[in-house]
Amino acid sequence: MTTTDSPPAPAAPVRRRRSSGDTERGFSRTFRWIATGSGALILATLAAVALFLIVRAWPAMTASSAELADAVPRYPDDTSFLAYVGPLVFGTLLAAVLALLMATPVAMGIALFISHYAPRRLAQVLGYLVDLLAAIPSVVYGLWGIAVLAPAVGPVWLWLNEYLGWFPLFAGGASPTARVLATVSVVLAVMILPIITAVSREVFLQTPKLHEEAALALGATRWEMVRTAVLPFGQSGVISAAMLGLGRALGETMAVLMILSPGFLYSFNILQAAQQQTIAAYIALDFPEASGLAVNALIATGLALFVITLAVNMAARAIVARRKEFSGAN
Amino acid sequence: MLPLAGCGVELPGFGAEDEPSADPEPTVVGEFRGAGSSAQGAAMEAWIAGFREQHPDAAISYDPVGSGDGRETFLAGSTAFGASDVALNDEEMAASGPACDGGNAIDLPVYISPIVVTFNVKGVDQLNMSSDLIARIFTGQITRWDDPAIVTANPTVQLPALEITPVHRSDDSGTTDNFTDYLHATAPEAWPHDPDGLWPLPDGFAAEGTGGVIETVRSTPGAITYADASATADLGQVAIKVGEEYVPYSADAAAAVVDVSPRIENRYEHDLAFVLDRKIDKSFAYPMVLVSYLVVCSRYEDKAEGTFVKEFVEYVASVEGQERAAAAAGSAVISPDLQDWIAEAAKSIYLTQERPEEEAAGQAARQPGGTAGG
Repeated sequence: MTTTDSPPAPAAPVRRRRSSGDTERGFSRTFRWIATGSGALILATLAAVALFLIVRAWPAMTASSAELADAVPRYPDDTSFLAYVGPLVFGTLLAAVLALLMATPVAMGIALFISHYAPRRLAQVLGYLVDLLAAIPSVVYGLWGIAVLAPAVGPVWLWLNEYLGWFPLFAGGASPTARVLATVSVVLAVMILPIITAVSREVFLQTPKLHEEAALALGATRWEMVRTAVLPFGQSGVISAAMLGLGRALGETMAVLMILSPGFLYSFNILQAAQQQTIAAYIALDFPEASGLAVNALIATGLALFVITLAVNMAARAIVARRKEFSGAN
Repeated sequence: MLPLAGCGVELPGFGAEDEPSADPEPTVVGEFRGAGSSAQGAAMEAWIAGFREQHPDAAISYDPVGSGDGRETFLAGSTAFGASDVALNDEEMAASGPACDGGNAIDLPVYISPIVVTFNVKGVDQLNMSSDLIARIFTGQITRWDDPAIVTANPTVQLPALEITPVHRSDDSGTTDNFTDYLHATAPEAWPHDPDGLWPLPDGFAAEGTGGVIETVRSTPGAITYADASATADLGQVAIKVGEEYVPYSADAAAAVVDVSPRIENRYEHDLAFVLDRKIDKSFAYPMVLVSYLVVCSRYEDKAEGTFVKEFVEYVASVEGQERAAAAAGSAVISPDLQDWIAEAAKSIYLTQERPEEEAAGQAARQPGGTAGG
């Protein structure tokens, strides 16, 4: 089928078949190479990044803890390398997961409203506005976080801490500056909202009309139709949308750097200052003054972030692949 | 970039090589690199812009890589000048021979940035505090604004029953380094921690950069922090205790502390490295300052480079240069005396070809431990 040097076919029906992509010649062939090259470039880039991270992180991973404590500014004495990276990984995951928990339900709500409830014209405008949110640079989110959001949510955090302090997340003392992980998570949630909404909306719109009409014909209300036809169909799509959002939340640097008052503990107290730090913000904070082994240590934390992101994406793939058969799409 | 570089090459008539005689206003042509202190970054940009107005054919780049790397690249000879928040130590001084063509490095304090302790308490513009009091606030021993210790120091001020929120920098900064150095030198009991660019205490409230801490203080009633003086204009300021008096921040007082601080002994001629006298008891001085040095060579082999450094140092220490930095970076203008000393040092910079007879002496000085002294 992919022979490229077959003689030109005389008959019209054959030519039509060829134009459907069975044979390749001329520009089609060139384009194939361009596309293949682009695909290979992605792999090469990924490999180059991974190689860079491993090579540059190696000195830090093999150094003794005494050497590291000597060279790395915030390295705690007498701890292994894993004990040093651990709290950073913990903080990164905590911030991203909280953001995801806040953003996903809202994003699904927006997506369902746009795809199934809103009048068409309003839906278009709304969809456009949500996409616009994605275009705001993260440094602007950071500024908004410190100038507007932190002062605004400060009293809310104080209230949560006072009345719901028995709940582990709200324990400890609430920081009067509101430069805490809870504020960071809210900003991250806003940042990942557009991508989750956009992907979910596309998936919901693809629900087969027949499924929806069948549900309605059986006497389902609009909500029951959404629950029985749209959501099962869109499940895997929503999961991959959420994972895309999680990826962005894990790697977000600027907003976290600007807002968070960092600490290096395994702490669930998201209203308290000086408790957690994320890997990306840690690297950005300490890289400007780092040299020698300290740079290697920072790159090693970057490697940890790379591995986490890779694992998240692979998990998302696995979930999507497993759910595909049951989604009712086929 | 390309057209700019082209200019330097295409105009040999203005070049240094063709004019052996020293003219009153030498033209500087070529590309020159400097690297070092990030604290000086904004001031350096202003200086470079101002210098290029007078010498449009000079292309100067400054890389704010940090003081340590700045000294290293300077000593390796890959930059024309360095910038550092600390003066070269004696070993570095002794190792400066190869980079300086047998001469030596000289430290010139060109940048004085006052640090102010600043706070957000409604209706209060200025408070008196001793360094002991400041240290106890930042370590969390004093937690309320109406604490007797603060009230005693400020008998005329009505202080609210408000919690104190001390905010520090989360990044590694020269401001933190000098602030903790001041506390450690003047109140060692309340502040036992060694001076460090990173905040030494694990908890407390942090924010990134000067902008971050100021924004936090502005939006948090009862917050207090330390920052470059230029950033604190619309917030309450602390007058620190010097001797028996409370001295509010002023640019003149900040510049004065450098003048009266003792020089580091046994240095090369024209080297102006100081040991900042944090414990000064003269009430005309304000010792909570960051001083940053320009590090240059006493001797250059390359004529274009030597001419450039000479002119650049002179410009940086001039009234115009200092005022430009004050406007751009909020630094304090250095005192007239210091300006004269630096101008003298700039005049002393010479080219190898000007003094061939010193070649041998230069070779001798190149040996480690040569004339740097103890």
